[in-house]
Amino acid sequence: MKSNKNGLLIDYEYCTGCFACTVACCQEHGWEAPLSGIKVMEIVQDLPKDKAYLTFLPFPTELCVLCAKRTIKGLDPTCVKHCMANCLSYGNLKELAKELEKKPRMVLWSPR
Amino acid sequence: MGKSKTNIVKTTTWSAGPGCHGGCGVLAHIKDNKLIKIEGDPDHPWNQGRLCARALAMTQYIDHHDRLKSPLKRVGKRGEDQFEEISWDEAFDIIEEKMKTIRDDFGPESMIFSMGTGRDIGPWICMLAYAYGSPNVMFALSGNACYSPRIAALDTVQGDYCVFDAAQWLPGRYDHPEYKVPECMIIWGYNIAATCPDNLFGHWIIDLMKKGTKIITIDPRLSFFASRSKHWLQIRPGTDAALALGFLHVIIKEELYDQNFLETFTDAPRLVRNDTGKLLRESDVVKEGSRENFVVFDNPKKAIIIWNTQKQEYSISDSNPAFTGTFEIQLLNGNTIACTTVWDKFKKNCAFYTPQKVEEITLVLAPDIEKAARFYAKAKPASIHWGVPIDMTPEITPLCHAIAALWALTGNLDVPGGNVFTRSAFNAVAYALPGAEGVIKLKDQAQDKTRIGKDEYGPFNKFIWRCQTDKVIEQIFSEKPYPVKGLWMQTCNPLSGIGLDPKLWQKALEKLDFIVGVDLFMTPSLRYADIILSAATFLEKDGVRSWWVPLQTINKALTVDGCRPDVEINFELSKRFDPDFKWETIHDLFDEILEPSGMNFEKLSKKGWALPPENHASRPYFRHEKGLLRSDGKPGFTTPSGKFELYATLREDWGLEAMPYFKEPPFTPISRPDLFKDYPLILGTGRRSPAFFHSEHRNIPWLRTLDPDPVVEIHPETARKNKISNGEWVIVENWMGKARFKAKVTKIVPPWMVMAAHGWWFPEEKDDPLFHTFESNINMLIPMNEQGKDGLGTPMKHLLCRIKKEVLGVKNNEI
Ligand code: SF4
Ligand code: SF4
Ligand code: SF4
Repeated sequence: MKSNKNGLLIDYEYCTGCFACTVACCQEHGWEAPLSGIKVMEIVQDLPKDKAYLTFLPFPTELCVLCAKRTIKGLDPTCVKHCMANCLSYGNLKELAKELEKKPRMVLWSPR
Repeated sequence: MGKSKTNIVKTTTWSAGPGCHGGCGVLAHIKDNKLIKIEGDPDHPWNQGRLCARALAMTQYIDHHDRLKSPLKRVGKRGEDQFEEISWDEAFDIIEEKMKTIRDDFGPESMIFSMGTGRDIGPWICMLAYAYGSPNVMFALSGNACYSPRIAALDTVQGDYCVFDAAQWLPGRYDHPEYKVPECMIIWGYNIAATCPDNLFGHWIIDLMKKGTKIITIDPRLSFFASRSKHWLQIRPGTDAALALGFLHVIIKEELYDQNFLETFTDAPRLVRNDTGKLLRESDVVKEGSRENFVVFDNPKKAIIIWNTQKQEYSISDSNPAFTGTFEIQLLNGNTIACTTVWDKFKKNCAFYTPQKVEEITLVLAPDIEKAARFYAKAKPASIHWGVPIDMTPEITPLCHAIAALWALTGNLDVPGGNVFTRSAFNAVAYALPGAEGVIKLKDQAQDKTRIGKDEYGPFNKFIWRCQTDKVIEQIFSEKPYPVKGLWMQTCNPLSGIGLDPKLWQKALEKLDFIVGVDLFMTPSLRYADIILSAATFLEKDGVRSWWVPLQTINKALTVDGCRPDVEINFELSKRFDPDFKWETIHDLFDEILEPSGMNFEKLSKKGWALPPENHASRPYFRHEKGLLRSDGKPGFTTPSGKFELYATLREDWGLEAMPYFKEPPFTPISRPDLFKDYPLILGTGRRSPAFFHSEHRNIPWLRTLDPDPVVEIHPETARKNKISNGEWVIVENWMGKARFKAKVTKIVPPWMVMAAHGWWFPEEKDDPLFHTFESNINMLIPMNEQGKDGLGTPMKHLLCRIKKEVLGVKNNEI
């Protein structure tokens, strides 16, 4: 049986930390700052030889409802639609999981 | 009453609102004259449905409780919180009367018309200034150090400006058969988070990376790009010209340049006199020869031949110029002098910048310089995207010249996926930008005589139709050669953002007789205005955009009571100042700007946007080969000599060095070891925040929460040494002044540098009429009047400072 559970696939290799997703969510769902369905974390990874690597990681919060009112109409969630780096995808978790195998530096979220 | 419907208006972003240089197609959902929602237009070729945080926050912006919704008149002292509402008619009447009095008493040039960043208001400010009669339009940053220096520098050496090619000219964008994805891109002093500089959509670079483009990043900070680069060159700020020359050194030494481009399209074979170091001109060797014609040595004939600049050809048809060698040439006066070629001189110039030498200057390791230079030169195609830090150094033109030589000599000019020439779409030029004449212009040249800085600085005489900002401030105090009496200040906030040494600006504002401020919110600078006019966002106005592609209209989606679009404000006053004002309505003006496209405002607005057709001078590629750049239809460039100039003839005319060089900027550990003893950290400023556009947006809750405090980035080691922990308030100071910031302890910056955010004031702190604008303003540490020899550039990305923990309970300004 096909599970209906949906989620967000994040290609964090390309997330630039531009926050378009965060504000798009506020607009769509009327969240007052600082609330939002998605937060973007800045992670400065420590690497050997005193090197570092800068990553941004979008994280759907307890407020994310996966834009149910949009997706029912066949629209992408607004964060996915507006992502400046096109690094967010929405879909069926099982389908999205297959994408994880195709490219490194991805994470699949199954929000609340 | 029936239920009101939501209407979707398609329009284009530009300026007030997101604050940017614009270009995104958006869908504005309007109900009962209110903005319900804004979305990226999925059909628009520019952003393809995407949209940034600042544009997505428009619903909080449009109806913000602090928006100015009526003209105001100052009733207290300058700098105080004393204004009363007046009607638009009264405001226009006062402005008309006061400005006419200034014009009668002191001449029109005594009014300065000032703008902030590259807005759509540029043309409308020029329109007003010129209708009033003043040539003094000012971009308020010291050294005019944003974009126009780069444009002027490229106009000088290659005739036209160019940008990286992301297929923005082509229908279907990346899929267009003519397009090639660059194999390599150099990101030179630019960070993605703030998205869209210089009329480009920043995230196009991400599109290209996904399609395989490999990145070289030149940046002292560990940016998004730096982490994802094939080569990250962590440069010491201010030494970029040395690095560019180091690249050229490797490329020339290893013969990685494009021989065909060198021979066909550059000035490489021209002879340079060894005695003067200057170009040999026809007038030096031929009786009644022209100074505009140049001399080369023909190898087979063992004789000189002449490059005729007017005809764009050599004096003989089977010319075979020598590119290298020393030649004895007899001058008209009978003397014989030794001459060498431009190419030999250029090579010698670059030979000095060995990778080892450049490592000493830039701190980038020699093998990394070599590897990156080789990778860039061998990649086909390759492009360079440079950010505004390029403008923000006093020796900006030599730096641009060196970088331009990189894309030219590697054969990447105007090729698919390379650096392609940019002109306003369809040549629809609204107003004079460097190198272009627009519909809006001075009535006659006589009007230009009094433009401040014009006579002193070559580029201001030739390309840049603004006044030189540092000279204006100087003149406000000196009143020489004539007094400055008034200021028109339109969406420009020098006390918080664009003004370096803001206390100096404060004094300048205090000295003026009459100031008009046009803006959307009360700002610290507006507190000095006599009359304030309440302006509109991009959603509340009609406009046109041709900077660079596509050609677009901005379409009014709604109105906000009490607010008027900049263009309408300036139009009304232009009519009052100029009895011969040319246009009846703003749409007449738009139609004239759009005329070269064969469309008027109405038609283009229905169409949405338009891309120039094939073989149009404003559409790539290979235009220098096809003869599309020059008005005579000859191949080549629009430089004075028709070639890409490794030796800049205009710079020679201006009495400046004609070949690229590196000079240590004025306030670095090397140039000022005395200051370095007390201020042991390099101070970088102006890293971009995706939440803000310069000094704007601190009052928009969705945006402020993303970046709530003024931040200084400090390396963990440096923080430890200075006993500073993450999140603590610190004082950043130097000999100019000080400002307080919240420490962000991070490895993003190297231990020898701190990076302080810019544009900070606190619109929520209404207890202070100036909103504490001097408290966390990094410009307090930056001097004015440090522009380069050609009046351009400013050292605002490489100052010196020290940091210390803030003493609790003691306000910064009391220390
Ligand atoms: S899917 Fe919708 S609700 Fe969830 S974070 Fe994205 S925009 Fe917000
Ligand atoms: S919009 Fe996309 S790129 Fe920007 S922060 Fe969100 S996920 Fe990252
Ligand atoms: S900043 Fe960029 S994404 Fe945002 S509105 Fe301007 S052009 Fe569009």
